[in-house]
Amino acid sequence: MILRYTFLRLLMLIPVSFSISVVIFMIVYLLPGDPIDNLLRVGSSPEDRAELVAQYGLDRNLVIQYFVWIGNMFQGEFGQAIVLRRPVADLVAQNLPYSLTLGGLAFLFSSTVGMTLGTISAVVRHPVLDRFMRGFILLGSTVPGFWLALLLILFFSVNLGWFPVSGAGGWTSLVLPVLTIGFGGVALVARVTRVALLDAQREDFVTLLHAKGLSSGTILFRHLMPHALLPVVTILALRIGWILGGAVTVEFVFGRPGLGSLLIRALGQRDYPVVQACLLMLALAVMLGTLIGDVAQASMDPRIREKKS
Amino acid sequence: MLSVRDLGVAFGAVEPLSGVSFSVEKGETIGIVGESGSGKSLTAMSVMGLLPLIGGRITGGKIVFDGQDLTDLPERAYRKLRGGRIGLITQNPMTSLDPLKKIGPQVDDVARLHLGMDATQARARTVEILGTLRIPEPALICERYPHQMSGGMKQRIVIAMALAADPDVLIADEPTTALDVTVQAQIIRLLDDLVKQRNLALVLITHDMSVVAQTCDNVVVMYAGRAVEYGPVETIFDRPRHPYTQALIACIPRGLEETARLTGIEGTVPTVINYPKGCPFHPRCARAEAICATDPPDFSVEGDSAAACHFAEVAHAQPA
Repeated sequence: MILRYTFLRLLMLIPVSFSISVVIFMIVYLLPGDPIDNLLRVGSSPEDRAELVAQYGLDRNLVIQYFVWIGNMFQGEFGQAIVLRRPVADLVAQNLPYSLTLGGLAFLFSSTVGMTLGTISAVVRHPVLDRFMRGFILLGSTVPGFWLALLLILFFSVNLGWFPVSGAGGWTSLVLPVLTIGFGGVALVARVTRVALLDAQREDFVTLLHAKGLSSGTILFRHLMPHALLPVVTILALRIGWILGGAVTVEFVFGRPGLGSLLIRALGQRDYPVVQACLLMLALAVMLGTLIGDVAQASMDPRIREKKS
Repeated sequence: MLSVRDLGVAFGAVEPLSGVSFSVEKGETIGIVGESGSGKSLTAMSVMGLLPLIGGRITGGKIVFDGQDLTDLPERAYRKLRGGRIGLITQNPMTSLDPLKKIGPQVDDVARLHLGMDATQARARTVEILGTLRIPEPALICERYPHQMSGGMKQRIVIAMALAADPDVLIADEPTTALDVTVQAQIIRLLDDLVKQRNLALVLITHDMSVVAQTCDNVVVMYAGRAVEYGPVETIFDRPRHPYTQALIACIPRGLEETARLTGIEGTVPTVINYPKGCPFHPRCARAEAICATDPPDFSVEGDSAAACHFAEVAHAQPA
């Protein structure tokens, strides 16, 4: 049943990825500016320019350009970076591990810490703790990542000297970026977990679980948690995209290599193939995240499994 | 087996339940009747020791089960009774099972917890009990999820859960309210059979007077968090002495003639924050006089029944 569901969901990804590829391709062309300008030496003639444009195939019909691009993608051929003059695949392969490490750790951080905090605040329900949680959640969901990053750098790196200011050398350089990206996630996950647990506690069947003589701990971990996990999984799946989006600026602030830094640099230089590849990777990650979230939900909730497959 | 004496329950400063008494022996059924909001379910929650769950506490009285007062029983000991010796059946079978778990394990839990059985033994017991409750293909049902079953089936599963550890007392809180009429009759008959076969003490909470007439040995009529009349079922139906009981009985639909109109009781049950002074029923009572608005009535005992009404002595002579 769950395999069938996964397969159906995978099929649905085909039209979605197609539309996304069109959007990504078009958006890049709508950007003002031109990568060729970055390649031309001062004093080049219009003929030099035309030659370069032809060399990269930028003079062809847009539709043809799209199909050439997508066709190459299918063969794993991401093309050549125009300004950086290297295979795009190499650039992506070089930067992707950094982004995956950072994103993965931030995801892990926000889900574990968020769920723990949410559970504690739902079970304890102390007024002071509640107020603290509310403030924390408000901060977490409103403070922009790049600003938090600067504050953390100022305090922990500049004043205390605990962590490096920037770069990607060893685990110490990961702490602040993970905290920055994970912070908003922790707050969000904590809030969702708390609300979901409190909602689950009010369900009729909980009375009957108590009436069976089960202990509160058993009820919490065996019955309430799975219920609370359903919305949390949804949020986390959506969060994958958010984390990667947030990583774009945070990587930049911390001077870390990664898909985000690569994207920002390529955008500045209008390096179309690189921008397209980066955006495509991000879109793919978001789609995969949503897919994993849906499949995880279906595996937990028999009602979803039946409705959709 | 189970006897409740002068039970009072409070949530913070409000006291929605006070002076509730009844008792039930093995092989007997006691009916607790009254409109919605009269405190019937609260009584059930109190006996189950589940008041803290909804933020309430017992303020007075005793709940004596098998010679032991439950009102100051520690939680750990209470857990052994819950599901073990006192089973609960709740109102709405549609929402009383965990929708994410299969039927089997939800029932197995009880035998594993209270009878110390392992998974296989517990499952065998579950299948056996489901079978005695006339559930077709019990082994198959165990692998199903709650949303794949009808309301009547689910209520049988809930009953199976309540019975799994062979309890002495069963508390059924409006077990048929959410079910189709045809299924209602089946469930009531099932409960009635169980009382006789297993020598259970059944506390049947309902607002359906006809169900009470069919199944109960004794009745407690509740109004606004108070017991207003109690006694053997024959006495209550033949010679009701409290005007509220009389009104409830008058509400039972009877006859198919076109002239037979459905009767109701004017007004609604007061909410706990505006329980009237004096007799709680006086604003809706046809017989009320000045004293009813000021003095709460005492129980007037007659034989083994009693009614809390200032005019209980004369009530059955001239029904309202």
